[in-house]
Amino acid sequence: MSKLNANIPEGSLAEKWTKHKSKIPLVSPANKRQIDIIVVGTGLAGSSAAASLAELGYNVKAFCFQDSPRRAHSIAAQGGINAAKNYQNDGDSTFRLFYDTIKGGDYRSREANVHRLAEVSASIIDQCVAQGVPFAREYGGLLDNRSFGGVQVSRTFYAKGQTGQQLLLGAYSALSRQVAKGRVELLSRHEMVELVVVNGKARGIIARNLVTGELERHSAHAVLLCTGGYGNVFYLSTNAMGSNVTAAWKAHRKGAYMANPCFTQIHPTCIPVSGDSQSKLTLMSESLRNDGRIWVPKKAEDALAIREGRLKPTDLSEENRDYYLERRYPAFGNLVPRDVASRAAKERCDAGYGINKTGEAVYLDFSSAIERFGSEAAHVKGIKNPNENQIKKLGERIVESKYGNLFQMYEKITAQNPYKMPMMIYPAVHYTMGGIWVDYNLMTTVPGLFALGEANFSDHGANRLGASALMQGLADGYFVAPYTVGTYLSQDITTGKIPTDSAEFDEAEATARNRMNGFLNSKGNTPVEIFHRDLGKIMWSQCGMARNEEGLKKAIADIRILRDKFYSDVKVLGKIGEMNPELDKAGRVADFLELGELMCMDALAREESCGGHFREEFQSKEGEAVRKDDEFAFVAAWEFAESDPGKSKLHKEELSFENVELNTRSYK
Amino acid sequence: MNFTINVWRQNGPKEKGGIATYKVSNISDDMSFLEMIDVLNEQLIIQDIDPVVFDHDCREGICGMCSMFINGEAHGPGRGVTTCQLHMREFKDGDTITIEPFRAKAFPVIKDLMVDRGSFDRIIQAGGYVSVNTSGNLPDANATPIEKQDADAAFDSATCIGCGACVATCKNASAMLFTSAKVSQLSLLPQGKIEASERVMNMVKQMDLEGFGNCTNTGACEVECPKGISIENIARMNREYLSASITSK
Ligand SMILES: Cc1cc2nc3c(=O)[nH]c(=O)nc-3n(C[C@H](O)[C@H](O)[C@H](O)COP(=O)(O)OP(=O)(O)OC[C@H]3O[C@@H](n4cnc5c(N)ncnc54)[C@H](O)[C@@H]3O)c2cc1C
Ligand code: SF4
Ligand code: FES
Repeated sequence: MSKLNANIPEGSLAEKWTKHKSKIPLVSPANKRQIDIIVVGTGLAGSSAAASLAELGYNVKAFCFQDSPRRAHSIAAQGGINAAKNYQNDGDSTFRLFYDTIKGGDYRSREANVHRLAEVSASIIDQCVAQGVPFAREYGGLLDNRSFGGVQVSRTFYAKGQTGQQLLLGAYSALSRQVAKGRVELLSRHEMVELVVVNGKARGIIARNLVTGELERHSAHAVLLCTGGYGNVFYLSTNAMGSNVTAAWKAHRKGAYMANPCFTQIHPTCIPVSGDSQSKLTLMSESLRNDGRIWVPKKAEDALAIREGRLKPTDLSEENRDYYLERRYPAFGNLVPRDVASRAAKERCDAGYGINKTGEAVYLDFSSAIERFGSEAAHVKGIKNPNENQIKKLGERIVESKYGNLFQMYEKITAQNPYKMPMMIYPAVHYTMGGIWVDYNLMTTVPGLFALGEANFSDHGANRLGASALMQGLADGYFVAPYTVGTYLSQDITTGKIPTDSAEFDEAEATARNRMNGFLNSKGNTPVEIFHRDLGKIMWSQCGMARNEEGLKKAIADIRILRDKFYSDVKVLGKIGEMNPELDKAGRVADFLELGELMCMDALAREESCGGHFREEFQSKEGEAVRKDDEFAFVAAWEFAESDPGKSKLHKEELSFENVELNTRSYK
Repeated sequence: MNFTINVWRQNGPKEKGGIATYKVSNISDDMSFLEMIDVLNEQLIIQDIDPVVFDHDCREGICGMCSMFINGEAHGPGRGVTTCQLHMREFKDGDTITIEPFRAKAFPVIKDLMVDRGSFDRIIQAGGYVSVNTSGNLPDANATPIEKQDADAAFDSATCIGCGACVATCKNASAMLFTSAKVSQLSLLPQGKIEASERVMNMVKQMDLEGFGNCTNTGACEVECPKGISIENIARMNREYLSASITSK
């Protein structure tokens, strides 16, 4: 097994990044104009990187598969973005954000990367405010904060329930400014279908123009993958329909290692599955756990009565409710990290206390918050002895001002009024901590190929804390890549334009074309969607919230069978050289069918429970996760082998913890 | 539930389109409108008919992709919803539903229900930003307090999802609501005030260049906007434009 070099700079933790930056070789403005960069993806990571690199003077091409960069999946992020500003003076600091992230990630992330993230977090907020991002403010005109799970300070900045939208529109505006200047060429409705490697370096991509269907060649001196997460391997997730692993997987097949692919985040508060033709799941932001309390009935017969429609949740008195998070984790209560909250919900539902028709839902209840806010508001307004109705009205108004759009979204989907009835929620796939392996400079194992944002594995270990993905995407794009990509490119100032008529481009284009022809010529009977749905079922049942050896082995076998069936029986109409969304989908599902197997292999190899990865064989008597630091304090980086995901080779990057002590994560 | 679906089919921008009629059955009332189309498409593929092309991604009302004109209304019946947030429970068993693309000169049809809204991107490129580069040395975010009222109003304008329902609904295919939402957001904030005049002039100019029509204050856009963007934004933009054109002369 080879050793991976993470290229972590020397020096004390707090000095590494500053020192590293000061030593970076510079590229002169005249030379920058000779250098081309491809940025695939225009979410927070991609838009911010493309804009910043263009501002520096590089020639940038930015790709996305949607019709506009503004529609990248980052747009859907709801709750907020963390930053160690300590505006609330509640004891926050760079070190605390660093520590919370390492602990929250269950000690499976790299200290140096996480510290850098915490260091640049404050600048992100400054940058966004300067761009005109309308964050929530207090009456005094200063920025407001809220709390997220797994922490005891308020460091989350937000714009109602549309924080991702506002941040992405900020980054998109910076990108648009560079497009107007001619510094960025925008290629929307383009999908990367191959990576081109020349003499061991990433030198371009093959992209399919999704409108004309044409396969296009684009060359550059460096390629940045900012293509988001692969949660859609589970079919049902909170990700957008188009979110995919294709760009990352193509890079993986060309030599980029995939790190910790099994680390998936299952978000505790999503709207439960309602039917068989459901195409996606909707998140109810974690910010709701600031004020909502999670419970199920204390007695199984009450749960049954509710399931059968004989009893309403509002009929149950306080002593007949089990606020199980407050009971099990008194210190953090409803704000335990996501993995802990999700497993606790599953535990209650498996034990027979679930409260919807399928038995897979718990309550998220705002009645205490409405009452508390209402009483406060009545007091402020000087209303003496307010009656119950007055209090409720006032309280509901405050809840509406904080979470209005989420409540509305809930009501639209479920046709129930969450101000009057507790919400029903259940865990769902939400985010992937795993991703392309990168070193400290965000460079993958393919020189010249970088990965940013959710596409890389870098900062969140085995579990990501809420409001930290937006922070990481913008940190990578605005404040890290502009330096580290520049370092790499400083060797390329005399290279000159990379030609696209080389054998490597020919070969990459032919590979892409052959694959697509394979789908079109298969002449099978089954639409792509059905394979995706079947894969999702395997992944959710065997590689979801709880995993075990037997199940994972079975999943691997099942996925292999499904993959064979896909190639022999998939039905895709039309041609390559035209608009053909089914063909695009076939390519994405084919890649998910390979990734799924690797995820199960990774979960099988990691014989411990940590963060989102819960192996049933490794739990305490109380059902808490048991980590094994002696054996598994490493990043599992997988190398693709012989065109067969089943033969992938494991490389370990040992993690060393010099600044935090490895503790059992406790939220009690 | 069972439905008859009349849907616009058009092979390319230059080709002639027309309505095709299909039947779907066993639709549950919990299904979203787009899930109903998924069912239709699965059925079409099995019958060797090209599936209906439509734009969609987030399926939760925020990306702005799912542009459809349903029974004569942008995003279908119901206020404050995008097509992906519309559920089949809003329809009656046996209904005939007609689906067409958003229509406007500046939104050419690409295929079936999919249109090209690149003109919106170009309006933003003309000035929908604050000219500030990335650097680690900007003033502290709390250095300039902003009145909550202004910050909230800026936020409300900034929630536009760029879907184009306003354009598709307007009899003049005007993009005033979309453009004014961005102009308002930035002019309400101190950071955006500095370039306000230039911004409004350039964005309005681009809007006209793209072939969007004039605003005649019918207010239909506001009614159909899924995000409740108010026509007050248009009034604000008109004021900004007026004062900018006076000072620029
Ligand atoms: C519902 C929801 C709510 C969330 N809320 C929060 C929150 O409150 N706080 C928080 O911190 N995080 C949140 N997250 C997580 C966070 O939103 C994401 O992790 C983050 O936005 C990812 O950003 P990104 O730039 O890496 O990728 P994305 O925004 O997913 O962008 C991916 C880009 O890559 C492009 N792309 C992908 N594949 C290809 C290809 N093959 N060819 C060309 N282009 C391609 C896409 O077009 C897109 O532009 C939330 C996530 C979800 C799903
Ligand atoms: S103003 Fe409303 S209707 Fe128009 S693009 Fe924005 S969100 Fe859509
Ligand atoms: S699909 Fe995103 S708004 Fe409808």
